[in-house]
Amino acid sequence: MAKVPVQFTLNGSEKAEFVESGTTLLNALRDKIGDTSPKGGCHQGTCGACSVIIDGELRLSCLTLAETCGGADVRTTAGLAEGGVLHPLQRAFLDAFATQCGFCTPGMIMAAKVLLDRTPNPSREDVVEALSGNICRCTGYEPIIQAVLLAARANSQNAA
Amino acid sequence: MAIRRGRGVAAINYPTGMNLGGDPTQALVHSTPTGNFMVTLSSVDLGQGMKQIMAQICAETIGVPTDRVVIDTADTDTGPHCMGTFASRGTHRAGNAVIQAAKEARQVMLEVAAEELEVNASDLETDGEGNIQVKGAPQKSISIFDVALSAHFKRGRSISGRGMFLIPRSYPEKETGAMKPSTCYAHACTVAEVEVDDETGEVTVLTVKNVFEIGRALNPKMVEQQLVGGSWMGISHALYETTEPYYPSRDHGGTDFNQYLMPGPGDLAETEIIVLERPSADGPFGAKGPGEMCANPQIPAVANAVFDAVGVRIDTLPITPERILRALKAQAVG
Repeated sequence: MAKVPVQFTLNGSEKAEFVESGTTLLNALRDKIGDTSPKGGCHQGTCGACSVIIDGELRLSCLTLAETCGGADVRTTAGLAEGGVLHPLQRAFLDAFATQCGFCTPGMIMAAKVLLDRTPNPSREDVVEALSGNICRCTGYEPIIQAVLLAARANSQNAA
Repeated sequence: MAIRRGRGVAAINYPTGMNLGGDPTQALVHSTPTGNFMVTLSSVDLGQGMKQIMAQICAETIGVPTDRVVIDTADTDTGPHCMGTFASRGTHRAGNAVIQAAKEARQVMLEVAAEELEVNASDLETDGEGNIQVKGAPQKSISIFDVALSAHFKRGRSISGRGMFLIPRSYPEKETGAMKPSTCYAHACTVAEVEVDDETGEVTVLTVKNVFEIGRALNPKMVEQQLVGGSWMGISHALYETTEPYYPSRDHGGTDFNQYLMPGPGDLAETEIIVLERPSADGPFGAKGPGEMCANPQIPAVANAVFDAVGVRIDTLPITPERILRALKAQAVG
């Protein structure tokens, strides 16, 4: 099958690749570009581990075809830290012990980032709603909810 | 038809490790030329934090800061033998093996330091910050960095140790059947409060209060993390998760992740965790295995709470609305 060219911005850098038609964004990111931060959990859009941000919206990269991302602004967990300094959400996930095996963590952080970008001071219910498309085997969710609330507090203190 | 409340209690004890053909784990420890310590294991860190705990155990035994220890795990082709990470055995079995290996390495380290300081090795102690000093005369000291350099480049010694921990197989006595399947047990008690809708059969867990007795908590925050997750997993097993179909035919069963019911962050009960520490006699620094145990007591506690609420005993998991409604119907007929 003929390969198709795909060009998009990944975490601020231009990327250009040839992919098989029908390749998911998840596989293009992981296998072609080498960004393995989005995880392939179910490959059916039910677990949220592959969540990325495309043009400001939370998307499941396992259900998104790479060829539909031409010109898009794609953001993944790998691009969150700036100059070796962890993003407040990454810091909060560590401080709140919100990760065990870590497989769901990138998707959780992406979902939380979209929430905090739009709702800097979310309620607990807002956090639960924002994470409801992501499943976790290890933590029982409570430490993750607390981590997102912690990051929101850290952000508002920095802004003040 | 009403929402009915119930409360259930359950207590369990849970063995650490297993009793099949004997339960061994081995560990190797060696120093790098700069005095860091490498622990080689074939055990796996699944996210429960084994690398952190093994680093703590090795560091404590040798007498160096935890960040001076590197843990290499999980290559069964090249690593020392381990039965694996399961049966809540990791900390207990691998931890004991690491202690033995680290003690041997510490002894060599002290011998090399003794040659450098021209004293007797038995007069030396570690300060926990990377130095070895003469007991009672801390001004006479040498850094472990320099000891390692000396061992590698001057003395031709390998600062290393071998560790082996084995719980031998226990056979039942022919007459009585008595045996010792485990040397070490963790314990837990859970009180669960539920609401059961006797019209729809739906169960809502309101609160889960857990007390866990886990030997010594070698890393209290990581223990708490595992217990909080385990408590949730117990509720999930009690009410939701199964790979079996609810109907007799396999055709009705789930075939993939999207048909496997696992609760999300919206289905959490108010959860309380209390940790009791009763150090075990044969555990590394008194530790037991809390891993699997922590997801067990919630299941009978929820089943008992459902009985308390609506008077039916559900003895098949998960406790689905359908099973409750069928039991209520049978009760009404009976």
